Amino acid sequence: MFNYTIRRTLLAIPTLFFISLALFLLLDLAPGDPTAQLPLTIPPEVREKIRLALGLGEPFHIRFLLWLEQFFINEPLHLLTELTGVDFSGDRQRVISWQSRSPVMDIVVQRLPQTLWVVGMSYVMGTIIALPIGIISAYRQYSWFDQIGTFVSMVGFSIPTFFTGVLLIVIFSVHLGWFPSIYDTTHVVTDWGSLIVQIKQMIMPTMVLALYNAAQISRFMRASMLDNLNQDYVRTARAKGLRENVVLLVHVLRNSMIPVVTVIAIGVPTVFGGAIITEQVFKVNGLGQLLITAIQANDIPMVQTLTFIFAVLIVLFNLLADILYGILDPRIRYE
Amino acid sequence: MSEDISPVLSVKDLKVVFSTRKGEVHAVNTINFDLNSGELLGVVGESGSGKSVTMMSLLSLLPSPPAKINGGTVSFEGKDLLKMNQKEIRKIRGGKIGFIFQDPMTSLNPVFSVGFQIMEPLKKHMGLTGRKAQDRALELLELVGIPDPKKRFKDYPHQFSGGMRQRVMIAIALTCNPKLLIADEPTTALDVTIQAQILELVRDLRKKLGMAIIWITHDLGVIAGIATRVIVMYAGQIVEQANVDELFANPQHPYTQALIETIPAVRGERTKRLNSIRGQAPTTLIEPHFCSFHPRCDFAFNKCTSINPQLIEQRKNHLVACHLFEDKEVAVG
Repeated sequence: MFNYTIRRTLLAIPTLFFISLALFLLLDLAPGDPTAQLPLTIPPEVREKIRLALGLGEPFHIRFLLWLEQFFINEPLHLLTELTGVDFSGDRQRVISWQSRSPVMDIVVQRLPQTLWVVGMSYVMGTIIALPIGIISAYRQYSWFDQIGTFVSMVGFSIPTFFTGVLLIVIFSVHLGWFPSIYDTTHVVTDWGSLIVQIKQMIMPTMVLALYNAAQISRFMRASMLDNLNQDYVRTARAKGLRENVVLLVHVLRNSMIPVVTVIAIGVPTVFGGAIITEQVFKVNGLGQLLITAIQANDIPMVQTLTFIFAVLIVLFNLLADILYGILDPRIRYE
Repeated sequence: MSEDISPVLSVKDLKVVFSTRKGEVHAVNTINFDLNSGELLGVVGESGSGKSVTMMSLLSLLPSPPAKINGGTVSFEGKDLLKMNQKEIRKIRGGKIGFIFQDPMTSLNPVFSVGFQIMEPLKKHMGLTGRKAQDRALELLELVGIPDPKKRFKDYPHQFSGGMRQRVMIAIALTCNPKLLIADEPTTALDVTIQAQILELVRDLRKKLGMAIIWITHDLGVIAGIATRVIVMYAGQIVEQANVDELFANPQHPYTQALIETIPAVRGERTKRLNSIRGQAPTTLIEPHFCSFHPRCDFAFNKCTSINPQLIEQRKNHLVACHLFEDKEVAVG
């Protein structure tokens, strides 16, 4: 198992290298001009100089190698400098956003808490809600609980988040006035009162995404439980005289979790990038919103860095899913 | 029938129906039988004849719905198993009555070690934990003939062969010294040599532990080798019941006779085609008021289509449900 993990981690390096190359190529092919948003009064020769200053005059492979150096050597060294206070980085060039001229990673670090709070919380909530619903729905198949559960999850799955988001805003912000419709990122939690304000502004975006996530995961959980409830070993467990909750929560659940854990783990990276629309609806300036504005402004370093971080997360959580799979299922042996 | 000893298990008028979209299927129709201590009762019949359903319903192991027990009593140690609540019946399952199932490949939980699965009923019924439970589990693995039990204890089911898994299943069924072991086609999924080994093991265990066994199978050869008494089932009813020697020497019911004729002869002329019983086993959508076997029976007459024959003692300890023998019964007395 340990060797397997090491081997898979090492294999991830060439994978990620090719992903970064593909991303770079793709972004290079994309139309658009990083100076397009600058005032029209700038003369063309000055505009050209700005382009050259951004490094666009260099050939493709030089630009790619520079990005690699900046991202994999200069950024970690800078982080080390920040953490230890000892100067490791010197005057090494960091990855700089073309929009704001500030280091890309600094902006990502600023935006990360909002995304983790709202989108991460909704994923955790969604999972916590989905698992028991899936289990009970399967165990009491075709009961009223199951009927309502499958109906709600079908609705949650098929109605897009920009619709549920706006619907919630209309009901709870406009008509009832319970929650704010805009997420205030400058709000700082200092005491109970401000914590309540924070929770209030989190509720709606979290609910919208939690409904969507819960819908997906509960369907997987239900299907997986149904698959296992009819297995012969369940009858054996009952014939041993075990209580129903032991049969269900020990014997059936352990088997049912095997595919569901994979789905949950692989879904985590979407937390960081996938909630773009919901972040727009509630004006949460998280990572999704950052990516959208960067794409609109042709901010290539920002887009390249963000998409590459998403790629790293996807590879990482795939690996994690595989390892969890091996832990849950003894038949899967990685040697 | 059993004047001298009181039976371990006594089933009276058991009826089981399944609700399906086409209506109620009468899977078990008024079954009566007794099981004496130390006896090995063989239950034979085609697929769908209600053998397994009967035995599963004894311990309320059938999923309900669709299954419904429609009356009858099952007395075990003086109590009616069908009237017990969930908590009481759980004490019987795995404690007093052990179960072995058909397919050892799927009957064990793939994600738990064999040791864990054997220790579960020990904890539940005998309150054994830790070291004591482990010792008893190792003892059981030894008893069912698993070599090197200490080493195999932590292994998972997929690391065992089919025969070895069935031995593990038997060990699980025997954990709490049951009074009765119900074996539901335990050798059907195994090849012939392994089948012989398992039969030998069960014969051995019965001698050592002295429990009663119900052995469900559709293989008459297995029955001949292991059973003391045999019940032949057809369409949810018992059609014949006799001691094993008597049954094979003097099969009375046309169905039993036909069944015995289907056994291929190992010796003798090879030119003969395999015998089969013509027609199909019926689905029992209506509660039969006729003999269920009459469409396939060579001796059927008018009465067979209108009256369901009752199980009557035709010779000593030999019961048959067939209109052909009703006159003889009067003669024998």
